[in-house]
Amino acid sequence: MSDTPLTKAAEATPPTVARKIRGLSDRAIAWIFVGPTIFLLLAINIFPLIWTINLSFTNYRANRTNRAVEYIGTRNYERILNDSDIWLSMQATAHFLIWTIIFQVLIGFTLAWLINRKFKGNDLWTTIIVLPMMLSPAVVGNFWTFLYQPQIGLFNYVIAFFTGADPSSFQMLGSVDLAPWSIVIVDTWMWTPFVMLICLAGLRSIPDYIYEAAEVDRASKLRQFFTITIPMVLPFLMLAVLFRGIENFKMFDLVVQLTGGGPGSTTEVASINLKREAFEKWRTGYASAFAIILFVTVFGLASIYVKALNKVKER
Amino acid sequence: MKNLKLASASVLCMAAASAGSATAEDLTLCWAAWDPANALVELSKEFEAQSGHTMSFEFIPWPNFADRMLNELNSGGKLCDLLIGDSQWIGGGAENGHYVKLNDFFDAEGISMGDFADATVYAYSTWPKGSENYYALPAMGDANGWFYRKDWFAREDIRTAFQEATGRELAEPKTQKEMLEIAQFFQGREIDGQTVYGAAIFTERGSEGITMGVTSALYPWGFKYENTPGSYDMEGAVNSPEAVEALEFYKEFYETATPPGYTNSYMGESLDAFKSGQVAMAMNWFAFFPGLYADPDTGGDKIDFFVNPPQNQEGSTLGGQGISVVAYSDKQDAALEYIKWFADPEVQQKWWDLGGYSAHKAVLESPTFKDSAPFAGDFLDAMGAVQDFWQEPVYAELLLAMQKRMHDYVVADQGTAKEALDKLIEDWTEVFEDEGKL
Repeated sequence: MSDTPLTKAAEATPPTVARKIRGLSDRAIAWIFVGPTIFLLLAINIFPLIWTINLSFTNYRANRTNRAVEYIGTRNYERILNDSDIWLSMQATAHFLIWTIIFQVLIGFTLAWLINRKFKGNDLWTTIIVLPMMLSPAVVGNFWTFLYQPQIGLFNYVIAFFTGADPSSFQMLGSVDLAPWSIVIVDTWMWTPFVMLICLAGLRSIPDYIYEAAEVDRASKLRQFFTITIPMVLPFLMLAVLFRGIENFKMFDLVVQLTGGGPGSTTEVASINLKREAFEKWRTGYASAFAIILFVTVFGLASIYVKALNKVKER
Repeated sequence: MKNLKLASASVLCMAAASAGSATAEDLTLCWAAWDPANALVELSKEFEAQSGHTMSFEFIPWPNFADRMLNELNSGGKLCDLLIGDSQWIGGGAENGHYVKLNDFFDAEGISMGDFADATVYAYSTWPKGSENYYALPAMGDANGWFYRKDWFAREDIRTAFQEATGRELAEPKTQKEMLEIAQFFQGREIDGQTVYGAAIFTERGSEGITMGVTSALYPWGFKYENTPGSYDMEGAVNSPEAVEALEFYKEFYETATPPGYTNSYMGESLDAFKSGQVAMAMNWFAFFPGLYADPDTGGDKIDFFVNPPQNQEGSTLGGQGISVVAYSDKQDAALEYIKWFADPEVQQKWWDLGGYSAHKAVLESPTFKDSAPFAGDFLDAMGAVQDFWQEPVYAELLLAMQKRMHDYVVADQGTAKEALDKLIEDWTEVFEDEGKL
């Protein structure tokens, strides 16, 4: 018998345990291995999901446990879908989601393309660029509120320097028009490096010989970019969009820190609205229905997107 | 025999000692993290010395106080034995069984609610309102008041400029509109080479800030929540012409007399704006006034205080809290001992001396009270005309609706004052319908 780690482990197994295992079928051993994971999955994911679905059809309030719980059918869902405030929060979410993804993809890809070109200090610049995404969203939100401060904030002074406007004449966080953009700017600043890193991985996965072959065929740089670079980076880019899309759909901390959903309800994205319903108004049944609607939306969109992603990868 | 006696004495001593240690508890008192909480820590040392119990404190920053504590109560948590909870929680605390009803205890210990200021008993202790069911002892009287830069108001150049601009003397405002006029006068003015602004008011969106600020204008205009108390009949009361005018006034105040970027500001921001010499006036809770007066830069001779000015009538927004025994506590007897000790008039006097706002009549009606602090008289005036927000068990929903509607109108400039109040009635009606009260 060879002296491999496997045989050593077999020898080290106590005879009583070994006897028991020897009597088990492959299927039983497989269940022993996956059983704990399945149990945890059921306990942590599936059971709460089913429970939430159940609560969404009731008038349950977690702060009124002494009140009888009534099943009210689909009334919670009807109220949500007819609630103009909910639709406004979905609009705020869509604005945030779409613009952050557009900016992050454009800037992230550009940065990755630039970083991928060999130049002096390449590694240093990569490190500097990825710093924002290493910070806590609470910290980022907090210091950007100072940067946006109309009287002392650096952001207003920079804009004033380039435009000649009075720095205290505009409020990024206090203006209905500018507040949605202020959160887009911060999220873009923080998470563009993430998109850049994924794009960089994509760019570096393209073998040099493909470009060399294109050079031999006298393809221009522009042609190479559109026929080699973009198609080969596209699956990576789509993956980055998927990650950022899911993340930003449930964005909470950064927005709370920056605007708290204000001014008014201008930046009250869906997750903030959901939190208020669930843990401030304590309308647990209603909030459960809203959570299910959001879950179905994200799950549905993500499923369609993943199918598209797989098609792109197959090409 | 001698040995037997010795043994018996030893057993008795051991029993007595073990009985003593069994009754000595470690009580946890929960409250918001602010100046008066530090005063209470100091005050409670006397209770520790007297009772043998030890005190621990859980102080939560104001923006998270309601969330944190209501979660604790709703989950039946045992973190707090005693809770100094906001006045609006009393309905939920009573109806949901979070607070221990104190009537029997008060009767047994001879604690009379008649010894405490009527407004505080009504607001902090009773549920349903107007009943004699007590769920808290008034612990910290408070109202929203104002403070201003007395040194600026006294400067001859500023007084002359104000006289020229308005045709009257610069002095503490007697009405809400006078206050706005003063704030607008200071807005953007250069004082000692620095641009200063009119006033710091409450505009915070997340918790209760803008509601507390707006109601400080609504109440002096004569705002009522219901046409008939207890009827939930809000049409014509909540959106009365006076309420509309008051709300428009608050919006004008926000737009014309506050520092730039003052869109999400509450207690902390108000204190910062004043202490940094940015504003001539600021609104805040009386609880902060001792600390403001003691401030080395903007306190002392540089500061003075005034009660929320009347307009159609006197009216101040009620703050403050009562102290309750948490129903889930395993140490209710010791917690009740604390309440008994705290209700003592001598302890109440020390409470005021340390910077807490006693609601005990023995303190408030003392002949020396008015002169005991520069804001003491204003505090008495304010407490004589306080109004509180809904104290219903669903107050959180009612509050969030008001936060939204007020912020939408005042800060986000959406719609008119009338529309904001109409929508508020719709929101509140829906809440009361859900509760089966309408």
